[in-house]
Amino acid sequence: MHSTGYVIRFILIITAVVALVLAFMATALKPVHDMNEAIYNKRAILSAIEDPLGQPVSELTDEEVQEIFDSSVEQKVIDMDGDVLSNDEVMTHGYADGAAEDVDMAKERKRPESERFLPLFVYENGGEKYYIVSVRGNGLWDEIWGNIALEDDFETIAGAAFDHKGETPGLGAEIKDNPNFSEQFEGKKIYGSDGDYTSIVVRKGGAKNDRNEVDGISGATITANGVQEMLYRGIKYYEPYFNSISTAN
Amino acid sequence: MAESTAVKAPVQKKEPLFGKKERKLITDPLDDNNPITVQVLGICSALAVTTLVVPSIVMTIAVIFVLAFSNLFTSLLRTRIPKQVRMIVQLVIIASLVTVVELTLKAVSFDVYKKLSVFIGLIITNCIIMGRLEAYAMANKPWQSFLDGIGNGLGYGAILILVALVREVFGKGSLFAGSGIEMKIIGPSAEYWINTAQSTLFGWYAPNNLMVLSPAALFIIGIIIWIQRGRNQKLVDIS
Repeated sequence: MHSTGYVIRFILIITAVVALVLAFMATALKPVHDMNEAIYNKRAILSAIEDPLGQPVSELTDEEVQEIFDSSVEQKVIDMDGDVLSNDEVMTHGYADGAAEDVDMAKERKRPESERFLPLFVYENGGEKYYIVSVRGNGLWDEIWGNIALEDDFETIAGAAFDHKGETPGLGAEIKDNPNFSEQFEGKKIYGSDGDYTSIVVRKGGAKNDRNEVDGISGATITANGVQEMLYRGIKYYEPYFNSISTAN
Repeated sequence: MAESTAVKAPVQKKEPLFGKKERKLITDPLDDNNPITVQVLGICSALAVTTLVVPSIVMTIAVIFVLAFSNLFTSLLRTRIPKQVRMIVQLVIIASLVTVVELTLKAVSFDVYKKLSVFIGLIITNCIIMGRLEAYAMANKPWQSFLDGIGNGLGYGAILILVALVREVFGKGSLFAGSGIEMKIIGPSAEYWINTAQSTLFGWYAPNNLMVLSPAALFIIGIIIWIQRGRNQKLVDIS
């Protein structure tokens, strides 16, 4: 048996050594981690416009992703009234650089609805403009989110990409894993033929019309409902801004 | 040259660096004493990460690393670790190595890091590791403990990858998805080797959704245990 003094000394030394090693490693790798995370987020945004890009985002290298973002993507942050915010205003919510890619939707969701900031990415390619909006909501187990690209009529969806934190693989996780699900959104309209905001209906048992309904996922009704609810609420947040620029034109 | 071999020779005679006993440390866990199918440890992660082959391979590498080095460090400290707090010390060693793996993976392959997410952290609770530290490293020399760690990690990984191969082919119809050498084997479009949409022979085939869910791994591991016991008489419980 070792003495109590020895036990305490032993534990203190081992804790100090481990803490030092891990702290050093975490600090040294921090820049690489941040860069990886930034590229990962950019890929997620670009995956909403795979069609206009002409190739799957997974086939782009990190440099190409950065290059597309630098040359053809304009970042804007807007508030709930549809006004574009300056960098300084965005920083009041605690985002270091004040760019749209810094805006953390998970944090914004916790704020009162009227105070939220919304990131918007405008991708321009040969005269065609695509507006990529970010939406976030609840799935079955945890949060789900997505990026939706709208054409410049602010009505037609050009592409959609979803992700989730903890949906069931093979069921709810299909919103991300199964490309057939997100492909359905292409060409759908978020306004009915009479001009009313309808968003997209994720229909259990199969879409009933071509204009604004997509097929749900068998065995994942709650996740599918979550997607529908998230789109309905999330895209509407951008409506004031879209209205302001379509009247300006 | 002559001098160094002369010095080395007696050492080797006393304790060969890679003799019969050491070889057994590596090969035993692959079959006779496999951590998953014989010791039935580490099942949890075997169910969770085996939907695709690539994450399983990464998980295997991570577990081999953690197991080998925690065995090594525990064995180096084994005479100094106070018996009253040995479990806590073991946990500190395991947890720091897992953090090292997590930080490295996040820097090297962010995609796989996202895919494995919580399961890397859960290596800490993988019973194989604690089990080997208690059963082997606390009572054996560092080099042997290190090999024991690699052996058990390989034994764990062999089953993991075997299960993942079956689950990915029958569940998703692909192999090595998420890496540069993704192969599309069977599915309903032209990019697959066997196109079920056009093939008359395989027109009935649809990917088995059960394979994507974790119970499938349990069935497959059960079948592996069954086959293994049928072939290896040593494992059959005579009593």
